[in-house]
Amino acid sequence: MTDLVFTPTRQFRIPVTAECISPDFVAGKSLREIELTQVWEGNRRIKLGSLFKVQGEIGRTLDDCTVKITGNVSAVRRIGFEMTGGSIQIDGDAGMYLGERMQGGSITVTGNAGSWLATQMRNGQIEVQGDAGDAIGGSARGGTKGMRGGTITIHGNCGTETGAWMQSGTIRIKGNCDLYAGIHMKNGTIMIERNCAGRVGAQMTGGKIIVLGNVGGVLPSFQFEEIRAKAKVGDEKIPGPFYFFSGDVNEEGKGQVLARVTDNSDLKWNERLIER
Amino acid sequence: MAELLIRNGYVFDPLNGIEGERMDISIRDGKIVEKVSRKARVLDVSGMTVMPGGVDIHSHIAGSKANCARMMRPEDHWRDPEPKTKYTRSGVGHTIPSVFTTGYRYARMGYTTVFEPATPPLKTRHTHEELNDIPIIDKGCFPLLGNNWFVMEYVKQGRIDELAAYVAWMLEATKGYAIKIVNPGGIEAWRWGRNLRHLDDKVPNFDVTPREIVRALCQVNKILNLPHAVHIHPNGLSEPGNYQTTLDTMDCVHDIQRESGPTMHVTHAQFTGRKGWSWADVRSGAPEIADYVNTHDHVSIDMGQLVFTNVTWMTADGPAMFALFKFSKTKWFNADVESETGAGVVSATYKKSNYVNAIQWGIALELALLVKDPWKIYLTTDHPNGGPFTAYPRVISWLVSREARQRVIDKINKTARRRLDLPGIDREYSLHEIATITRAATAKSLGLGCKGQLGAGADADIAIYSIEPRKIDPAKDYKAVRKAFASAAFTVKDGRIVVKNGEVVRSVQGRTFWTKPEVSEGIMKTVTSDLERKFDDYYTVRMANYPIEERYLTSSQAITTRGDV
Repeated sequence: MTDLVFTPTRQFRIPVTAECISPDFVAGKSLREIELTQVWEGNRRIKLGSLFKVQGEIGRTLDDCTVKITGNVSAVRRIGFEMTGGSIQIDGDAGMYLGERMQGGSITVTGNAGSWLATQMRNGQIEVQGDAGDAIGGSARGGTKGMRGGTITIHGNCGTETGAWMQSGTIRIKGNCDLYAGIHMKNGTIMIERNCAGRVGAQMTGGKIIVLGNVGGVLPSFQFEEIRAKAKVGDEKIPGPFYFFSGDVNEEGKGQVLARVTDNSDLKWNERLIER
Repeated sequence: MAELLIRNGYVFDPLNGIEGERMDISIRDGKIVEKVSRKARVLDVSGMTVMPGGVDIHSHIAGSKANCARMMRPEDHWRDPEPKTKYTRSGVGHTIPSVFTTGYRYARMGYTTVFEPATPPLKTRHTHEELNDIPIIDKGCFPLLGNNWFVMEYVKQGRIDELAAYVAWMLEATKGYAIKIVNPGGIEAWRWGRNLRHLDDKVPNFDVTPREIVRALCQVNKILNLPHAVHIHPNGLSEPGNYQTTLDTMDCVHDIQRESGPTMHVTHAQFTGRKGWSWADVRSGAPEIADYVNTHDHVSIDMGQLVFTNVTWMTADGPAMFALFKFSKTKWFNADVESETGAGVVSATYKKSNYVNAIQWGIALELALLVKDPWKIYLTTDHPNGGPFTAYPRVISWLVSREARQRVIDKINKTARRRLDLPGIDREYSLHEIATITRAATAKSLGLGCKGQLGAGADADIAIYSIEPRKIDPAKDYKAVRKAFASAAFTVKDGRIVVKNGEVVRSVQGRTFWTKPEVSEGIMKTVTSDLERKFDDYYTVRMANYPIEERYLTSSQAITTRGDV
């Protein structure tokens, strides 16, 4: 295993778009070639070498290529764009569009990640120790195709529209989640371990959303079905019991929303609807 | 004195009967002249085809609903970005390009005049703001009058002269070019959640029928001597079986003859030329429509060709768009119902495997191939409904080559292939006929004498394509034809070279054409006093603030006509 380390030479005040910071791009290249790569800083073309100090060894094949970034890169967008293998480790905050259209490999972030994390992701793993922004694992604006596979784990909180138009894969959020988790979701699984701000699964047509904390109210277009003893994420069994809703009825959807009974006393009235 | 001599090109100028002759074109001060001095700049185009600049009669490029579509479809923007160059601005958009990009893309294809065919009168100020910003091409817009309360009231009262004066006032107020009717009466019904499907259905609250509206406006068009025919999109758009309504609409004005050309232009006939009772058995009504057009001189049509790609449906026909939205289940935007019309926008994708889409593709080509006289049918895709205007070269390749058509026929839905007449049609357009349907005939239909031809006195709008008509056979080398029409070797606008080898090298300001019909003072007084009262009662703006001032147009070109009233 060999590491290539990128260290920002200064605090970026203008967004930098750097698709080239990915194992696919650096594999097999020389340090000099990487430093001379042109990236956008705002509306100007600039050499990557003048933004980052690049040191270390470059893996010859993709799989033993590790890109490490030490420092705050919250203004740097599109890191790991379309990467197919290897790994990226960010020791600090990451910017928007991290892992966009990623097809394999892994990304870990010790700080926070920006919005549009793993947009249209196809496969691979992403783990963020801090918080994440809006529309993670979603589609680009206006598009109808969200993430198609892979796993995203957020240890902190995340913003709105998590997993919008999601088609497959798993998103796991250990913290809280803002409005519209799983909006337009088609398939796949979202698990939120703490509370949600509400409107979960709006216009979903398929897939599963599991909320262990308070769900923040279920939309009127969801139908209460039953109380389930447990929920499943892949092979893992999550102990319940859960209120189980299906919807979104407006879209003739077959999505599932599971809210854990213990934290959702406001949904208790649904129990009256169960036939005895 | 700027002079230019275009030398040794093969010239196709259908309006002057020139078919592929090798000749020179002389230009002085933006106009074509007989001769230029020796100092003139020479552009040697040996081995290339020279045609008048393209004239598009129907393309939704500006206005309220085009902008609604841009708001509704951010995905259309990031799918097709265009970086700026030394001479052009950046832009985005595949089906609804941003304002500047629209002008550049048209110029690259050798088009120099484009008409926006549907603008809500109340929002036409916005349309002109966008038209002002579209570079290079000349343009104009048709205000929508088929569902206007004033129109329907005058029709009900049978006051045709007053209606003519009102239309004259409206064209001048909105700086519009011709009368446009979309789903006559149907959009008024849409305000009450309904639609009108046939020519004799009653418009709610107005007690008039679409037939009366169409007839009255065609009479008005004749009275005012407007340059273009009444531009009409009939009732029942895109419904199976609507070809009968289209035929009825055409036939209802057969007794009204206009001296300068057809009385009526039925637009995007593909969308209104369907037989059948349901979506499952929808068939082509093209043979019947083509037969009618072949035997009658009071009507012309345009294709509304479908192209298998992602598109945006966009029309003033609000109810039809809602019906299609339920079919497509994508995104829908309802707009302009607060103005004198309505509008709908829906995103969609046409697929070869889809039976209805394949039939639609066939209807438009059947129309183009079965209408014998190329002066009666024009090439359009009803941009962006049937496909973006950038698909014109592809449509041209289907028209000039049976082989190109066959390649698509082999891939479309099998049932559609069996039910279409298209595989049995052998006709192939010549380059001369292509020049007719894309520029000469459209310019003639629009009454623009200075466009679509290369005779002395015409505007020096010229498209030069790098194909040598004597060396290639378009039917076999359709790929070369398509490539040539997609990026013009040169485009000349008002005597200045704006495109070279498919790249914009200069951006100029085009003119906006509008019509100024003159009517007698007496009748205009009666009408304006009627209007003032109604404006106070119903409008959100005062009548004095309604008309668009001429100085609002960056480069205004009025065409004055004298009305017989």
